[in-house]
Amino acid sequence: MAEVLVLVDHIDGAPKKVSYELLTLARTLGEPSAVVLGKGASGAAERCAAYGAAKVYVCEAEELEGFLVAPKATVLAQLVTDKAPVAVLVPANAEGKEVAARVAIKTGGGLITDAVGVTADLVAEQPIFGGSVVVKSRIGTGVPVIAVRANSTAPSEAPAAGTVEQVTATFSETDKAAAVTERVVEAKGGRPDLGEASIVVSGGRGVGSPENFSIIEALADSLGAAVGASRAATDAGWYPHQNQVGQTGRTVSPQLYIAAGISGAIQHRAGMQTSKTIVAINKDPEAPIFELADFGLVGDLNTVVPDLTAQITARKG
Amino acid sequence: MNIVVLVKQVPDTWAERKLKDSDKTLDRASVDVVMNEIDEYAVEEALRIKEAQGGEVTILTMGPERAIETIRKALSMGADKAVHLSDDALKGSDAVQTSYALAKVLATLEYDLVIAGSEATDSRMAIMGALLSERLGQPQLTGARKVTASEGSVTIERQTDDGYAVVSASTPAIISVVEKINEPRYPSFKGIMAAKSKPLSTLSAGDAQLDLALVGLAAAPSQVIEFSNKPPRQAGQVVKDEGDGGTKVVEFLASQKFI
Ligand SMILES: Cc1cc2nc3c(=O)[nH]c(=O)nc-3n(C[C@H](O)[C@H](O)[C@H](O)COP(=O)(O)OP(=O)(O)OC[C@H]3O[C@@H](n4cnc5c(N)ncnc54)[C@H](O)[C@@H]3O)c2cc1C
Ligand SMILES: Nc1ncnc2c1ncn2[C@@H]1O[C@H](COP(=O)(O)O)[C@@H](O)[C@H]1O
Repeated sequence: MAEVLVLVDHIDGAPKKVSYELLTLARTLGEPSAVVLGKGASGAAERCAAYGAAKVYVCEAEELEGFLVAPKATVLAQLVTDKAPVAVLVPANAEGKEVAARVAIKTGGGLITDAVGVTADLVAEQPIFGGSVVVKSRIGTGVPVIAVRANSTAPSEAPAAGTVEQVTATFSETDKAAAVTERVVEAKGGRPDLGEASIVVSGGRGVGSPENFSIIEALADSLGAAVGASRAATDAGWYPHQNQVGQTGRTVSPQLYIAAGISGAIQHRAGMQTSKTIVAINKDPEAPIFELADFGLVGDLNTVVPDLTAQITARKG
Repeated sequence: MNIVVLVKQVPDTWAERKLKDSDKTLDRASVDVVMNEIDEYAVEEALRIKEAQGGEVTILTMGPERAIETIRKALSMGADKAVHLSDDALKGSDAVQTSYALAKVLATLEYDLVIAGSEATDSRMAIMGALLSERLGQPQLTGARKVTASEGSVTIERQTDDGYAVVSASTPAIISVVEKINEPRYPSFKGIMAAKSKPLSTLSAGDAQLDLALVGLAAAPSQVIEFSNKPPRQAGQVVKDEGDGGTKVVEFLASQKFI
């Protein structure tokens, strides 16, 4: 069966959920091979095998951590040349898309980003303009490189051989042009990544203060959710920009999106309106967010959100 | 320090953006257009570096004739000159092709830094910096929330999903910036007047020595097969909190099996 390369997103060998989704999707296109790059890569082999990777290509070269993006693209492009896969799937996050872009240039292929589905004949489906138009497209030249959004496929296990193959690569001087001298983690640990969380709880200007974001965080934690914010909240410095959802922030499409104290401006919608279910809590019955909410509650988030958190915790307890 | 800023003209997000039935490309003619918002931050960052260190800021845009409006805005903010790559043969080019055309033009310009926006609101691909870095063999410093440039070298803070990374390279380098990097200035009246007489060179595909077999819709590596307009989301149930708001939301979440 034709090989499909899947670029695995992982932290020190622990694959992120999106990687399992991509392996699951790859099984419908051919035989998945996981590509795991960087520190701790070999540790991911077993988990990738559980989700259907017949092969696991591993490269732990130091350059993969020490320099930005380019070395990863070099290894992946080398695998595309050597293995002649039918397609390459990468996660549609910032780095995945940049790796994909470089691979497309190196291999003379084409590139589709932000796909939410790929059919067996390699037609990709993408929502554009904030989800108001759905496009089906295909790549006509070279090996298609497709960046797929998190939460597009439900991950399911399907054990496969997971034969590990170590990959060696030679890196050019241009691969080593942008040196990463420091990595700083600012986000609080423990919460799922905003881009791939299946539930996101976001707060906006209505939250009122940085301190009060703790009630949004508490609700998120009761649901095992990630925390998002509107631009009004990140501009005010109440919450980090990394967590901004919208046109100039992250695009999320979780199973459930809860917006509290967010009016629902078009630029905010652009980042969340492909969410499967939307719940809005806002004290203004005229707030535009209610136009797209599956369930809207007109009320004060200061009373509703803590009560909601307490009830969810009680139910789960 | 000479800087080229990549500026794209995009449909206003407020406008109803559509694809044309005829060739499935973005209908750029019938909508209000603006400078891609993040590109204003790219222009601003270039101007700040220039103001501190001297040099020239050149705007580079590939786009239809009316993209001149966007170029003028960048010039009125304070950029020194502009290059406008404009040719019907470029219509429908995808990101890979656009990077080819922009790289060809960049190769004829002298610069220490290229600064782009991190993402355009129409394509939302966020890959132009990586594509150009790959094509030009120059370092990629993308997603910058802070840029420190000095003669011969540049360091950025790259925003990541959980924090930031410090990335350094020698110049010339390709940078893209995120919106939190600065506060773009408004063009002054004086700036708007001055923009009218700043040098602008308009290039055709031939002037830029582009291989016509590599650009335009027919040659695009990615091809749109079909598209459909999605009906807008329907409003669901909206209820009022009467002291039981938490309970009402819990009931909804439970009915949808989230809890
Ligand atoms: C080019 C551009 C790009 C942009 N990109 C983004 C983006 O990426 N993401 C983004 O979010 N925005 C973006 N914006 C900004 C966007 O237009 C809005 O200004 C922003 O989303 C508003 O945030 P908000 O809903 O939190 O604030 P507001 O619009 O001020 O809404 C606050 C809401 O909270 C409600 N509220 C207040 N107090 C309470 C309470 N106690 N209980 C319940 N509800 C309460 C109010 O009724 C109101 O509806 C962008 C704008 C532009 C021009
Ligand atoms: N046609 C174009 N002309 C000039 N700059 C562009 C063009 N397309 C993209 N860019 C630049 O690349 C950035 C990212 O665009 P994108 O990768 O399409 O999301 C934009 O913010 C611009 O700075």
